[in-house]
Amino acid sequence: MPITYTSGEQVEVYRFSIPVTVGVPLLALFVQAFVPLRFPRFAVYLDLPLLVTIFFAMARRNPISGLLTGAFIGLAEDMLGHNPIGIYGIAKTVVGYGASSLGVKLDVENAGARLLVTVGFYFVHAAVYFTVARGMVNMTQTWSWSHGLLAALANAVLGVMLYFLLDKFKQRT
Amino acid sequence: MESVLGRYRNLIILVGVLFLQVLGLAMQVKKSGNDEEKTRLIRIWAVDAITPFERTVVWVGNSSGNLWHNYFYLRGVRAENRQLRDQIEHLRLEQVRLAEDAAQARRLQTLLAFKEQFISRTVAAQVIGSSGSDHSRIIYIDKGERAGIRRDMAVMTSDGIVGKVLLVYPSVSQVLLISDESSGVGALLEKTRLQGVLRGTSNGEVVLERVMSDEQVPVGETVLTSGGDQIFPKGLPVGTVMRVGGGKDLFLNIKIKPAADLSKLEEVLVLVEKQERQATAEDSVRMRAADILAQRLPSVPDKPAGNAAALAAPPATSAASALATELKPENKQPPGTVAKPAGSTAPTKPAVKTPRGTGASPAAAGQASGTNPSGANTVRRTSPAPEPSKPPGTDSTAPKKSDNGGVAITETDTSQNKSAGPQKKSAEPATPPRDNSQPPPDESKPQ
Repeated sequence: MPITYTSGEQVEVYRFSIPVTVGVPLLALFVQAFVPLRFPRFAVYLDLPLLVTIFFAMARRNPISGLLTGAFIGLAEDMLGHNPIGIYGIAKTVVGYGASSLGVKLDVENAGARLLVTVGFYFVHAAVYFTVARGMVNMTQTWSWSHGLLAALANAVLGVMLYFLLDKFKQRT
Repeated sequence: MESVLGRYRNLIILVGVLFLQVLGLAMQVKKSGNDEEKTRLIRIWAVDAITPFERTVVWVGNSSGNLWHNYFYLRGVRAENRQLRDQIEHLRLEQVRLAEDAAQARRLQTLLAFKEQFISRTVAAQVIGSSGSDHSRIIYIDKGERAGIRRDMAVMTSDGIVGKVLLVYPSVSQVLLISDESSGVGALLEKTRLQGVLRGTSNGEVVLERVMSDEQVPVGETVLTSGGDQIFPKGLPVGTVMRVGGGKDLFLNIKIKPAADLSKLEEVLVLVEKQERQATAEDSVRMRAADILAQRLPSVPDKPAGNAAALAAPPATSAASALATELKPENKQPPGTVAKPAGSTAPTKPAVKTPRGTGASPAAAGQASGTNPSGANTVRRTSPAPEPSKPPGTDSTAPKKSDNGGVAITETDTSQNKSAGPQKKSAEPATPPRDNSQPPPDESKPQ
């Protein structure tokens, strides 16, 4: 059984079946694209693909698979919009890499840690997106701390619930 | 060397993946003119992966909703029906007044050799998805290339404009909303006739730009399309002025509340064909775009057959429009009197004063006699009854009626998923007008 050792503590590495690996990100993208038609505020505050990226990256604890998961989900999200493809891709690649690297070092199984990690990565994601969108694509972007904090907390709360749900699909390697 | 690569393998792969994406992004930004063609294929993959689910969910939701609302949950329908009938009476009176103004405008346009733009064909489509991001305000509709939709076509609802078609796939299209920051629409203020450019902001608001700061813009004023963008015909409702503030560079910052609720779009109409032609005074009265759109949206339930003749009043043959065609200067009557109905061969009754003091048609007055909320006035019907309109969702020829703003619909194709019948090109009435010398027994009785 592949085990990563961190400070003498065993950290388990999980894997997921192919339907879950493909289906959950697709479902997240679908919900993200569909729900705002009924609840317009959903897309303003919540980012389901980001939560799924963080979850898979943390559970697999493999930076390469984490960054690739982030890249694929981000690029798919880009393709649904009309902005140049790659902005979300870059942001989620960084998040996937960071989350999986953090997963190796920290116990991210408890709710408190997951809440904090999600808040942190929401800001990382927003910062990378903001930088790329403004710096490379010349998009007009405005940053609001109040909106950012609210969205980070909303994502974290939803994330904690979602992670517990997705834990059911984990398979030990 | 190998140990270095092994040690920093993860980081090297991260940098590689990021570099590839940055490179791809840079190429798209550099070729911003035609990058859509390059990225089209991968966008199609994503759209094809997501839209079937969305289409299915929308279909299931609509079917169950329709089943519930059309067959089970009919509470308050009668009261609502009554209320709507009253509203129709009221609107008919208003329509007559507007028709007179429109006819006058048409004559003036003819004198000035104006060219008018008409909405000749629209396709109804259902909204099935969005980008899911507040950085990209787009929606997906369930009609694409196969339904005749092309890039840069205008998209609207009965309330007002929504956006334009950005990308077209075989069975799906991507629509850029007017609230997106990359959109731009030529707009003008209805009363002051000030022109500006309507733009979206990064937080999803809609603002009117390029209006000089020394101009007076009242809050609440209606904003219409100016037609300057060559996408939206002139005169379509855009929204109302919500707030006026000082902007930068000597321009006002005018915040607009869109007429169409962009956050809750379900069905939209895509303007697939528009015509430009010279205004002629002989033209029969055309219907305003917004009025036609309201009738053609697929969500509007069918009218009961029994009420169709009384309720539906496509102005092509309604007394109002007939009246408008007859409104030559010598025929003009002072407000408060009823004009002679057009096409009336039988001797008509003397002019009857309407209760509201407007120059209402006898048809409108006749209708009012039956269902006037006040119930105090009894007026005999002396004009041809309006023709029954086709139910929404079928291809039909829209009636002709004049429009002050110069926008009219001559034909509407509202083919939803199922209907794609042959389109009628003629604007002739579907049924001949009722003999006006024979008033309907139920409406001729005094109350």
